[in-house]
Amino acid sequence: MKYIDEFRNPTLARKLIAQMRRAIPAAAPPIHLMEFCGGHTHAIFHFGLRQMLAGQVALHSGPGCPVCVTAAADLDRAIALADAPDLRGRVILATFGDMLRVPGSHGTLQEARARGADVRVVYSPLDALALARQHPAREVIFLGVGFETTAPGIAATLLQAEDEGWPNFSVLSLHKLTPPAMRAILDAGEVALDGIIGPGHVSAVIGSQAWDFLPREYGMACAVAGFEPLDILSAIAALVAAARAGAPAVINRYGRSVQPEGNPAAQAMLERAFAVGPAMWRGFGEIPASGLHLRESLAHRDAARRFPVAVTTRPEPPGCRCGEVLRGVLAPDECALFGRVCTPRAPVGPCMVSAEGACAAHFKYGDTILA
Amino acid sequence: MCLAIPTQIQSIDDRRMATVVLGGVEREVSLVMTPEAQVGDYVLIHTGYAISLMDPDEAQASLEAFAELAAIQEGLEGG
Repeated sequence: MKYIDEFRNPTLARKLIAQMRRAIPAAAPPIHLMEFCGGHTHAIFHFGLRQMLAGQVALHSGPGCPVCVTAAADLDRAIALADAPDLRGRVILATFGDMLRVPGSHGTLQEARARGADVRVVYSPLDALALARQHPAREVIFLGVGFETTAPGIAATLLQAEDEGWPNFSVLSLHKLTPPAMRAILDAGEVALDGIIGPGHVSAVIGSQAWDFLPREYGMACAVAGFEPLDILSAIAALVAAARAGAPAVINRYGRSVQPEGNPAAQAMLERAFAVGPAMWRGFGEIPASGLHLRESLAHRDAARRFPVAVTTRPEPPGCRCGEVLRGVLAPDECALFGRVCTPRAPVGPCMVSAEGACAAHFKYGDTILA
Repeated sequence: MCLAIPTQIQSIDDRRMATVVLGGVEREVSLVMTPEAQVGDYVLIHTGYAISLMDPDEAQASLEAFAELAAIQEGLEGG
């Protein structure tokens, strides 16, 4: 496929790796980078890039998996919307497939569905709006999860529901913003980093310049990357060069999709539908100004306000160290549950559920070598 | 979650809905966030919306830069 295959050329990838290895003196300590985005984590494992750079470049997975950072309490509320006795039969809860198996305090959406809750998997929020059209006597609640990449589509769908006048469509917005999480990691100082691989599709919306605060305030280089091996290797090479030169900057290595200013039409959608407020992140707790909440003008489409439900949230499952994995402090295989008690088939924590979770990627591709 | 797929616009209707082929399946996606996109352009599709109009010149420039680096490396390996 155009724009994919040519960025996967393994011969070129090997040459880029050889060049990078040559550029770093053998005795130099490894350069520590964090890939913020779960999509990058998945690609890095899938193509075996970690092993090929081992010893010279150490890659730490970050919190960029929206499913993984969804707080158990928020998930409990979502499950209650579909499963509460007074709402069951009335509500259709629509969401992306990734959300079904994520454990809340009292089980998953999939288990609620097995009990009779009407939970539907959709590809697009537009499909959820179509459900509202098809079922005018039911309440369709879209469980909105995702970062700046995903939130504009939810915003556009909300505005379309408003234009078309479907009163039975609402959204539980658990949308989150990525720069505040990046700040939280750097402010905590738990993991020593030399550079950050910036999220490519988030940056397509917010622009590469949204990361300018990293070199300016933290002296940290950031290379925005696409998701094919050559994209990621090129970003890593840029970060290695910046670290060795001691010259942190924002480098856009995904120019075919990312503009410095991002996508103004998508940003305008976000602005019209959402207001920024605090959000709970699994592994971090509350991060100020990191969540997208429906504006007052759309309060009648805010499922959290329209359908108040009581939830009791229990502490995280004993032994699960997803929080530390999400903060980049702990490697997945350093968790005592990893691969023994916690597997993709029987996941204990969300990092083992989502394909983009660091634990799932580690489990699935742990020893892959680039073919 | 942030997976987005580059694909070519086949047609556009008067609601700015485009027909594209994703994974061999024809789908309708919204171009409301890429007002400048036209038939034949490549856009990045995420959850039913085009979130970015792809820049063919930038793609070409990246590929040329990779090829140049690879040629340098070949020279080093050869010599």
